[in-house]
Amino acid sequence: MAIKLTMYHVYLVARKDLTELFRNRLGLAMLIIMPVFMMGMVGFIFPSGQSLGPVTLAVANMDQAYGLQKGQVATSGLLVNYLNRMDNFTITSASSMDDVRGMIQRGEVEGGIIIPANFTACLNSGRQGTIIVITDQSNPQMSGLLQGAMTAIFHQIGAAFAEQTIKTMIPSIKNPLAVIQPLTVTTQGAVPGHFNYFEFMAPGIMAMNVMMSVMTGLPAAISHEREIGTLDGMMVAPINRLSIILGKTLAQTMRGLLQGTLILIMAVTLFGVTIQGSIPLIFGLLLLDVFSFVGIGIVITSFAKDQETATMMMMTIMFPMMFLSGVFFPTQQMPWYMQDISKLIPLSYATSALRKVVVLGAGIPAISSEIIILATFGIVFTAIAIPLFKRNMTR
Amino acid sequence: MSEIQVKEIVKKFGDFTAVDHISFDVEKGEIFGLLGPNGAGKSTLIRMLATLSQPTSGTATIGGYDIVKEDSKVRTLIGLVSEKLIMYERLTAEENLKFFGKLYGVKEDEMKKSIVELLELVQMTKWKDVQVGTFSTGMRQRVNIIRALLNKPQVLFLDEPTLGLDPQTTVEIREFIRKINKENGMTVILTTHMMAEADLLCKHIGIVDHGKIAALDTSPNLKKSISEGDTTVLEFVIPNLDSDILSTVKALSNVTGVSQEDPTHLMIHAIGSDAFDTIIDAIRAKNGKITSVSSREPTLEDVFLQITGHEVRDSANQKIAQPRRGFMMGGAKSRAR
Repeated sequence: MAIKLTMYHVYLVARKDLTELFRNRLGLAMLIIMPVFMMGMVGFIFPSGQSLGPVTLAVANMDQAYGLQKGQVATSGLLVNYLNRMDNFTITSASSMDDVRGMIQRGEVEGGIIIPANFTACLNSGRQGTIIVITDQSNPQMSGLLQGAMTAIFHQIGAAFAEQTIKTMIPSIKNPLAVIQPLTVTTQGAVPGHFNYFEFMAPGIMAMNVMMSVMTGLPAAISHEREIGTLDGMMVAPINRLSIILGKTLAQTMRGLLQGTLILIMAVTLFGVTIQGSIPLIFGLLLLDVFSFVGIGIVITSFAKDQETATMMMMTIMFPMMFLSGVFFPTQQMPWYMQDISKLIPLSYATSALRKVVVLGAGIPAISSEIIILATFGIVFTAIAIPLFKRNMTR
Repeated sequence: MSEIQVKEIVKKFGDFTAVDHISFDVEKGEIFGLLGPNGAGKSTLIRMLATLSQPTSGTATIGGYDIVKEDSKVRTLIGLVSEKLIMYERLTAEENLKFFGKLYGVKEDEMKKSIVELLELVQMTKWKDVQVGTFSTGMRQRVNIIRALLNKPQVLFLDEPTLGLDPQTTVEIREFIRKINKENGMTVILTTHMMAEADLLCKHIGIVDHGKIAALDTSPNLKKSISEGDTTVLEFVIPNLDSDILSTVKALSNVTGVSQEDPTHLMIHAIGSDAFDTIIDAIRAKNGKITSVSSREPTLEDVFLQITGHEVRDSANQKIAQPRRGFMMGGAKSRAR
């Protein structure tokens, strides 16, 4: 009966907080805009496959096609046609090397290709045909991508060309490609489908947003009420005082989950993320994420006398957590000592578990160690926080 | 048995003693006033009695329950109107009342009835569905006070209930406090820094200064206590009043309190039959021109000045004139054990 009554008080406090939240139009708008910005930002500032293209390219075909026999098509012409058909490129023709350089300088194109005058001649006389790729050094990233893309494309065209030559030379050969390129690589993810950078980012952003909601929201909400005096109104009520903080936590959790859901919906609809694992498990993990942070939030609430102090304490703790937990880049890239620190942060485990579920479709057994660690963090911090809260509330 | 018994209660914040061994009793059904300047320790005392703050030492009972050991029992008996409004701006008046009513354990059907009645009582019925954020200070305070009455408390704490209100609302609120006290027999503990308020409402008044109760009695007795002695309240008009004259007067051994009303008016509390002559001589010696002298009936303000050596409206950090009058403490001690 006592527990039922406490639950009712928790519900009352949470409902009151959420009513206030939903009536604060600007605050509510920010609540929705924040994850959109966050997702958009991390989604677009990091390079991904989709960010290349359509690339504007100047092509100067200076091949004079010496020694071309009747009925034969110049290889250079085939190359230009092939490039023209590709969606990723917008081709502009140029007349010379200088012309291409000028176009790059004027910013009309992002790169250029020169097919030299002796291209066909070289091929027909048994030598290698060379293609020159001109890159824009002022944009190193685009240069790199263009160089890589061109090498791959011409490598492919070259291989097709060689395949034909070998077939003509040795008609009995079954698989000429195996002669030209005996070794080849195919990349395959642990789950079928194309990997997308958002799939790496989305779970981390979700875990982080939920954490931020509770970590910033809880101390701010309590110290705000303490400052304006309404906390006293709840404290003089003949209720279990824990229900005040639990109710507030519930409200902040709902807020965090709302943001988490928004991120998930955006990730799927706008950024082409495929959720491999189960959605209930994702929400379960987000709740566990909240649980692991609530204690820290309450500890800070107990110590901070006003909202400003609470916010400053929060920021000090939160920033290292954000960067050390592998939300933005894998922890494996960090030096060993930083990796050790990241192991002390619950967010690391929440991020890792969510990533496994969203990207790899992992089930509960595969993430059991993360679940145990998160639960332990939660239990330990809550055990520290509750007596501290009770004592500090009646200073 | 007394409704409230405070025994040697102390509250320290670090080295600072906010409440210093305060003891007093409050009878059931009376309005008890705690009068003192800001920072005297009134609010801290109220917070301890309302179980919002733990005493450093000592304790108190409310309705027989200990405020530390039986704090949850105490909370079922009390209502609190604190210095800060206990209202959520984004909730309507009725939503606020319902929220707190439910937390205070008021039954659903009872609550509906009392919300209607209470809103009517403070003439706020037509505003019940309006968000509190749009209310004036006076409207907020009316709702705030009825919020504290929802659970029909046995003891009501009112911490500066008319602070920052316009004169008309102040009068209304005071009337209302008197009415609920009379009709429901509720014990009311009121803190104020306004003499008139304490004088008007309270049966017994405790004068609080620097964390201690300096005197405790009914208002007539307090006033009588200073006029019965050889204290004189003199009002001087000195057109060329300056700080030199002021400090000279203050330094006189038979002057117990000095307050400057405006650039030319000086209110002086003095003891001894030769006080009048001594003061006039001192002022003249500093070339002060006296255009008028009058003596008048002591008010609570005079009582406060007399007892504490400084005015209520002065901040608490002003130096206290020592020693305090012995006969006053005697009167207070009989009640403030």
